[in-house]
Amino acid sequence: MSASTMEAALLLAGVLFMLGLISVLIRRNIIFMLISVEIMLNAAGLAFIVAGSRWVQPDGQVMFIFILTMAAAEVSVGLALILQIYHQLKTLDSDAASFMKG
Amino acid sequence: MELTFYIAAAVAVLSTIMVITRYNIIHALLYLVVSFLSVAVVFFTLGAPFMAALEVIIYAGAIVVLIIFVIMMLNLTQEDVQREKEWLNPSIWVGPAILSAVLLAELVYIVAAGTPPQTEGAVVAVDAKLVGLSLFGPYILGVQLCGIMLTAGIVGAYHLGRQKKKVIHRFLQERSAAA
Repeated sequence: MSASTMEAALLLAGVLFMLGLISVLIRRNIIFMLISVEIMLNAAGLAFIVAGSRWVQPDGQVMFIFILTMAAAEVSVGLALILQIYHQLKTLDSDAASFMKG
Repeated sequence: MELTFYIAAAVAVLSTIMVITRYNIIHALLYLVVSFLSVAVVFFTLGAPFMAALEVIIYAGAIVVLIIFVIMMLNLTQEDVQREKEWLNPSIWVGPAILSAVLLAELVYIVAAGTPPQTEGAVVAVDAKLVGLSLFGPYILGVQLCGIMLTAGIVGAYHLGRQKKKVIHRFLQERSAAA
């Protein structure tokens, strides 16, 4: 694997992560924020795959499997929270939940 | 192999930008699937074919379907003829279709080209057998922790997603029926 490809792949991971981060910051719809977190987790996994491919070791792919598992658990709990917020507040605006204390 | 990587990377960035700029959630999810597919192609060109398959099955398959299920449960959209007509508008699906066609062309090219002769600096594939041996060898503790975390996730999702039934006393029920 050439060095230029590795740099480009790491750059791709960084760009995808930044796009997810920007989306978390600018969006107020709570489902969009969950989707952005998925994009960021995916970019982190991409960086692990690139590193594993650079040194021809399976460790990067093992870490990607762990990230995948965590993303699946995270999205199920997050969607359950979204359902609960929607039933309580009748909206998906995350600012509407700002009155919660403690 | 180099060129396929760069094209797939460009498709990934483009579709991700489209995801974060859509107003309709379903349109954003359509581009999100394209984004995951292009990242899967990137994995394939980086020599991780099994991870590419997992990316398609779990990210583009399971997680996106889960989000769509919840959107359907929330019933956010008023279903009327106008909206149905709007959904069939080609301008909505032509963008994801073009981007996925690029990925399909890459896939056909890779399969048709077969395995290239090993040259200096070429990508060396790490096959799934090595990953499995590593996963159930040095990383066995991580696998068990993943199992615990998934169990906690299932229980947590059930607990949080449960609808609490409101118990009304029968006198109050009669009163509310009479009123």
